[in-house]
Amino acid sequence: MQYLYNFGAYFLMVIKMFRKPTKWSVMKKLILKDIDDLIIGSIGIVSFIAFFVGGVITIQTALNIDSPLIPKSLVGFATRQSIVLEFAPTFISIIMAGKVGSFITSSIGTMRVTEQIDALETMGINSLNYLVFPKVIALTLYPFVISIAMFLGIFGGLTACILGGYATSEDFITGVQLDFIPFHIIYAFLKTFVFAFILATVPSFYGYYMKGGALEVGQASTSSFVWTSVAIILLNYILTQLLLS
Amino acid sequence: MIEVKDLHKSFGENHILKGITTTFEAGKTNLIIGQSGSGKTVFLKCLLGLFDYEQGSISYDGNIFAQLSESEKRNMRADIGMVFQGSALFDSMTIAENVMFPLRMFTNLSKSEMQDRVDFVLNRVNLSDAHNKMPSEASGGMQKRVAIARAIVNKPKYLFCDEPNSGLDPRTAIVIDNLIKEITEEYNITTVINSHDMNSVMEIGEKIVFLQLGLKEWEGTRHDIFKTDNEAVTNFVYSSNLFKKVRKMYLTE
Repeated sequence: MQYLYNFGAYFLMVIKMFRKPTKWSVMKKLILKDIDDLIIGSIGIVSFIAFFVGGVITIQTALNIDSPLIPKSLVGFATRQSIVLEFAPTFISIIMAGKVGSFITSSIGTMRVTEQIDALETMGINSLNYLVFPKVIALTLYPFVISIAMFLGIFGGLTACILGGYATSEDFITGVQLDFIPFHIIYAFLKTFVFAFILATVPSFYGYYMKGGALEVGQASTSSFVWTSVAIILLNYILTQLLLS
Repeated sequence: MIEVKDLHKSFGENHILKGITTTFEAGKTNLIIGQSGSGKTVFLKCLLGLFDYEQGSISYDGNIFAQLSESEKRNMRADIGMVFQGSALFDSMTIAENVMFPLRMFTNLSKSEMQDRVDFVLNRVNLSDAHNKMPSEASGGMQKRVAIARAIVNKPKYLFCDEPNSGLDPRTAIVIDNLIKEITEEYNITTVINSHDMNSVMEIGEKIVFLQLGLKEWEGTRHDIFKTDNEAVTNFVYSSNLFKKVRKMYLTE
């Protein structure tokens, strides 16, 4: 019953977030600050993970190709497909649920505990619009992060392929270009936009509606990570079924 | 002036406020006192419009808050200043930015005009050299003074304070009390303070409302509180020997 209640409360929060907009001169600064915190601040860790996981995907694929009948270019092809279709949009989003999601929940949760949200409400400010809406707008740039992850994942694969001697760079690049379907990129970015919305709103929900003190802020961050991940995994399944099958 | 009529508020089956009727006059420091769990904070949050209530009415200079449209409520809130128990300063902003915040949100003043107003109120609360400090760098007393500056920067008609002295040493607590009283008289604000502090009651309580178990048990001035024979009030206010002696001295004088 509590899950159902939270589900309804989440959608009401999303609706309320669009009401009574904050003054544009103030909102502009909030959006820029959130772009810095959520997007720019995530590029480093995303780049690091994407590069090395791309390398691992290449090594795993290459080591599992035993038959001489299978062309070496398959390594590049498999790396591209894994990274573009799943690793960059979904796996990176799960990592972002931990990094960005925890940050959002703990910062909004701390504002709740220290009555800063009450202060906003007392002043007649729609605190949901003030706190959550800039994060939603900032995360519309999330596909930019995913593009970097895609590029560096494939580049990491190429580097690992050359360093490990699994295939030549020509074979790898031929594989990357093989049977390229542009819709796969559209599919990946559509998923990314949906995940970006989830990444902004679910952690905000757990921070905004938390009750208690400092201990509960930690608990809310954990719940936020779990439910953001669950939402991403479920939506990934639904969107894949709808768009690719 | 704020008029409260027959105010009822419940959380589920827990009936917190059981029909409170009182008035808070402009230019006076009005105190709400009572034991923990008596409904003081809920009452204050109802006055602030943070809690809806089931029955009764709250009117601000004749305007019943619950009957106002959303835009009227928003304009009305611009007339309200609030000092929270923990100050509730925005961590990510400097002290000057915290004080400027209501001006940025609700006025169309130019940056220099806003800066002048911030300088004026920070000077008024004796914090003229703290503009660029972060709230975390300020002491408890300084944070309370910043919260007062933020609450009055937009020239509010109503000032609410939730336990403004909690966690402060006695000397700083008196400074804060006197500051609130001076500001109330200077700007003719309707000030409502939620307090546990008996020093505040004796020093600045021009009107005191005593709550017990969600009911208004007693109301009067700080002079009346010395003379009252209401058992609940005397048990609460004169629970320490020191205040018993103060009362005795007052009555013999």
